[in-house]
Amino acid sequence: MTDFLQLLISGIATGSIYAMAALGFTLLWQASGTINFAQGEFVMLPAFAMLIGLSVGLPLSFAFLVAVAVSVLVLGAGFKKLVVDPMRGSGVVAIVVATLGLSIGLKSFVKAGYSAEPHPFPSVFSEEVFKLAGVTISYSDVGALICAGLMVLGLQLFLNKTITGRGMQAVAQNTFAAEALGINVKRMIFYTFAINAILVAVTALLITPTYLAKFDMGDNIGLKAFFAAIIGGFNNSRGALLGGVLVGVLENLAGAYITPSYKDGVALVLFLAVILVKPDGLLGTPQERKV
Amino acid sequence: MKIASKKMLAGAMGAAGITLAVFTSTAHAQAIKVAKIVELSGGGTTAGTMYRNGARLAFNEINAAGGILGRKVDIAEMDTQSQPAVAKAMTVKSIDDKADVIFGPVFSGSILVSMTESQKASIPNFTGGEAANLTQQGNQFLFRSSFSQAMGMPKVANYLANDLKVKSVAVIFINNDFGKGGRDAIVKELGTRNIKVAADISTDPGQVDFSSAVLRAKQANADALFAYLNEEESARLLRELRKQGYDKPIVGETTIMGAKVIELAGTAANGVRGHVGLTADAPVPAIQAFAQKFEREFKTKSDHNGIKGYFSAYAYKAAVEKAKSTDGKAVAAALRNSCFNTKQNPGILLDVCFDANGDIDRESFLVEVKDGKQAVIATLPPLAKR
Repeated sequence: MTDFLQLLISGIATGSIYAMAALGFTLLWQASGTINFAQGEFVMLPAFAMLIGLSVGLPLSFAFLVAVAVSVLVLGAGFKKLVVDPMRGSGVVAIVVATLGLSIGLKSFVKAGYSAEPHPFPSVFSEEVFKLAGVTISYSDVGALICAGLMVLGLQLFLNKTITGRGMQAVAQNTFAAEALGINVKRMIFYTFAINAILVAVTALLITPTYLAKFDMGDNIGLKAFFAAIIGGFNNSRGALLGGVLVGVLENLAGAYITPSYKDGVALVLFLAVILVKPDGLLGTPQERKV
Repeated sequence: MKIASKKMLAGAMGAAGITLAVFTSTAHAQAIKVAKIVELSGGGTTAGTMYRNGARLAFNEINAAGGILGRKVDIAEMDTQSQPAVAKAMTVKSIDDKADVIFGPVFSGSILVSMTESQKASIPNFTGGEAANLTQQGNQFLFRSSFSQAMGMPKVANYLANDLKVKSVAVIFINNDFGKGGRDAIVKELGTRNIKVAADISTDPGQVDFSSAVLRAKQANADALFAYLNEEESARLLRELRKQGYDKPIVGETTIMGAKVIELAGTAANGVRGHVGLTADAPVPAIQAFAQKFEREFKTKSDHNGIKGYFSAYAYKAAVEKAKSTDGKAVAAALRNSCFNTKQNPGILLDVCFDANGDIDRESFLVEVKDGKQAVIATLPPLAKR
């Protein structure tokens, strides 16, 4: 039982990090119809921004703030202005291809500019462990869980309880109606991109100590987050949370009780099952589109 | 008059051009062509980059000292992307480019595929690969720069049986040629010493989450853990072992105690122990001098792969000087069944002997990671001396 609890806690901690990246997927899709296949590299870039900050002597907290600023500027405003806006109207496929290209470009950029080697990254939380009811728990897992939980909860409150958040939801649901109601659609869409940029920076802070800072560190997280978003429901933010946690926990259980070799296949199997049984995702709702 | 001057000028320029071309071509022909085919991206980046840097440092020194047999060394560096198929293609390209010698790849799975090409072309091929089966294929042109698993694992098993006195071991290995070869070798050696393998856990190249693998090792309740993975995976495993409070001895062979793993794993590497064929912390003045040069040049500490690259370059130099030729067959013959000492060849760092298969024998070390550094517990003599 203690083993099961250990796996559960560790799985939820990892899953909550997947959930943050998955949340970015769903937000961008809802607000602008963008499927961002460079989401993994969006996590990688702030990690290297923090690494550069640390290398010039900044403490981790300041390096993180710098990374958030860079992320909002480059991965928020820059991505929207230079990639998504010119592609709008060309259909989803064009944006998918563009973001796939962006993914390769960002990896090559970091590989050439920094190095292809992995780099150690400091943990924001203590790496010590404590025992609770026979279960060994690390402070870093608890910290990641709390941090990711607060981010997701805060985002839900922001979207549901503030005028800006509701405006963003209105734009996500019906751009024309939102515009008719006087909502500044362009600004709302920018806010969505900015929120995604903050989410990936926080994800980078939490996951890089384990993944290590490397140009291709986004491959795995991007894929897992995409699966998590589909499993939970691409058009539902809470679905991303559910999908992320499900993937994290089931991966851990499969790795321990079946074999670690099948661990990475769990997300794919779950993804296929959901696509076959409930194509809109576990919490997703069917979307009608005019043709 | 003007026309005559123009003709003379054109003639002079033509003659100068031809002279320059002939001169350049002669100089080019005189240079020894070295192909470094290593893992500069993908899962083997750490190992390949270290090996490349070690060899680069050595060849810079060799060129600065006048080259080999008075000929400079031209180096072409290629990236295998840690993929055997690319490694093979790069080897074919090097042969087409008339390389005199090939260094790399480091990954056993890659050299296993690429070495058939260098063998067909009769070009000496140094490798950092440690899988036991590499030198069991009858390839007369393949030469190791480190121990094979068949030579390293008995030393680890002896350490587990005689020093740690364990009765059972959990084995975690990486599911590639390197890991499977190491796993097979250690399981065989443990069996001959009546040590039970309590858990046999396979992990994947590029794996980032080791929580379930560690949990299975904990569930096995073995007296010790033997881990055999590549650098990045080793670092992640150590972090997870620390995170789950694993408190039994963690033992490995070379990689898990490497400088890069210690850098990546941080304090989680403390307490790891085992056998290393090469270490920059060895109590050997030549190795320590190399380590200082490497760190000054590349701003990072060399691991065993850096030493392998450096050693390979100087071993090639020693063989060419012995053969008095860069002909592939002559160089290979000069290496096989031969010993080289550091008095005549300081660059090889430790006295070394190559056998008929290209395997090497030399001193090695038992180490433990303390305060983020390898501490040498004991120096083991070459097998031939025991």
